Amino acid sequence: MSLAEPAALPVAAAVPPRLHIVTRFTTRFKASLPAYLLLLPSLVFLALFTYGAMGRVLIDALYQRATPKAPLRFVGLDNITAVLADPAFTGAVINNLIYAIGTAVPSIGLALLFALALARTNVVTSALRAALFLPVLIPMVAASALFLFIFLPNVGLLDYYIGRLLPVVPNWLGDPDIALYAIMIITIWKNAGYYMLFFLAGLQSVPEDVMEAAHLDGAGPFTRFRHIILPELKPTFLFVTVIAILNAVTQVDHVFVMTKGGPSNATNLVLFYIYQQAVEHYDIGKASAATLLTLAALMALTALSFRTMANREGGA
Amino acid sequence: MKLIDQLYKDAPLATRNEITPKLGFALTLLLALAWLIPFLWMGVATLRPASDGINLMAELMPSLKPTLDNIRDAWEIGDFPRYFLNTTIICTGILLVQFVTITLAGFAFARLDFAGKSLIFYLFLMQLMLVPVLLIVPNLRIIAQFGLYDTLAGVMMPFFASAFGTFLMRQAFEAIPTELEDAALIDGASLIQRIRHIYVPLSIPSFSAFAIISVTSHWNDFLWPLMVINSPDKRPLTVGLSVFTATAEGTQAWGTIAAGTLMVIAPLLITFLVFQKRFISSFVTSGIK
Repeated sequence: MSLAEPAALPVAAAVPPRLHIVTRFTTRFKASLPAYLLLLPSLVFLALFTYGAMGRVLIDALYQRATPKAPLRFVGLDNITAVLADPAFTGAVINNLIYAIGTAVPSIGLALLFALALARTNVVTSALRAALFLPVLIPMVAASALFLFIFLPNVGLLDYYIGRLLPVVPNWLGDPDIALYAIMIITIWKNAGYYMLFFLAGLQSVPEDVMEAAHLDGAGPFTRFRHIILPELKPTFLFVTVIAILNAVTQVDHVFVMTKGGPSNATNLVLFYIYQQAVEHYDIGKASAATLLTLAALMALTALSFRTMANREGGA
Repeated sequence: MKLIDQLYKDAPLATRNEITPKLGFALTLLLALAWLIPFLWMGVATLRPASDGINLMAELMPSLKPTLDNIRDAWEIGDFPRYFLNTTIICTGILLVQFVTITLAGFAFARLDFAGKSLIFYLFLMQLMLVPVLLIVPNLRIIAQFGLYDTLAGVMMPFFASAFGTFLMRQAFEAIPTELEDAALIDGASLIQRIRHIYVPLSIPSFSAFAIISVTSHWNDFLWPLMVINSPDKRPLTVGLSVFTATAEGTQAWGTIAAGTLMVIAPLLITFLVFQKRFISSFVTSGIK
């Protein structure tokens, strides 16, 4: 007994803290229970349609059928290599890059111009802001229906007023060299008014007294713009750029209505390619692989922009 | 020139004679007018009689003999009342469920302390980064597994949880003084009663901002309902309009297309013109939806 006793002591001593941890954990859980119940409805749908969907993409990207009726079989990374080797996909990625730059830069530039010109609030500027904002509200499908006629060869709005001044009337949506740019015009028309709102909000943080001090010192409008307004708008620029790039990837309704990716894939964008693979070719494996690649690219972009934003705030 | 002077009368005296801001304003004015041309054409073409022929279709001067024939044709070809009903059901259904989910989750983040709070917060934040539109393929598979393919419920379901709305409500609830809740607590009000009678009534502006964003974005959704819906009588407005446009384009009935488009966007435009300020301030908060 006397020999066993010392050995028994540490064991006896070890039990209470462990019990303590368990009870602490259960009390903490009990205290948290109301919060979990409140979060449950949201978490169920997030689990299904965000995280479940992510898992689904990861799994589906690894399987393929040899023929449409054949059973699914594990193919590893074959779908991803197949997508990367598909000229339609690489073409869509290149189109999407051109489209992203070609819509983001002009629409952000125009948005900044609009915001600077309409920063003061009065009856006229409010009316102009509303006019520029109208396209933001309407469905992309409705905008496409209107622009189908605007771009119509010979009798359409563009050719009726402008086209006849050109030596050769271009076939706006039918010419593979022009169609992507025609599509971009719609996007710029539709989004510039949206981005304008963020610049208008950003301009409010430009300190009025600094502006006044600057032109008392003889700084002209360009100097004030370059050295006071632009630095103040940097976070807005970053934010709007991220949204513009996200829009360039996710807004493809006009491609569907106006060109269906044609002529000869000239206006095929990544999301439309994904749609085609899934709905027209029933190729879930390839559609999932393409989704996965796009998601990875977009997440890298947002992570990068969050880091830049955090750095900037930390540095300031 | 006098008009422009009028616009700059509140600008600092020293800058009033600068020419660059005025040039910028003039350019913006021109572009704003150009921005309205598609809408102008839509209105003019809707009222243009078919007898004017295809060559005058682009003319922006209104016809002297306006007609409602195009509206009648569009009404007969497209099943617009049905599309309206479907879109209204989709938007209302999504919004009602979202109101419940974002209120409860927003309250949990704003007022309760619980284990794993930051982890769960990041789970919500990730939804903003994952861009739900891109997940159409896996979501379609999940909806089909639930037997909701070709149903309006299937169109609505992926949007029932909203990270954007949750963060918006969290912000609104955090601004409400805790004293109000403490008073209710002393009176014996339960958690749900406190949310229902204190937090919700005091956050109506945030709810309406969220409602504007949610309804306009789902009113305009196209690719997702296009994938989920198969039967013509379940199409929402956007899908209906795209089918209608494709049909009418074949017969070159541009007046009818203009009339159909007008019918689809008129409700949104009228609501916007009535509640302009609310719309604008809501969209500013919507950066990422």
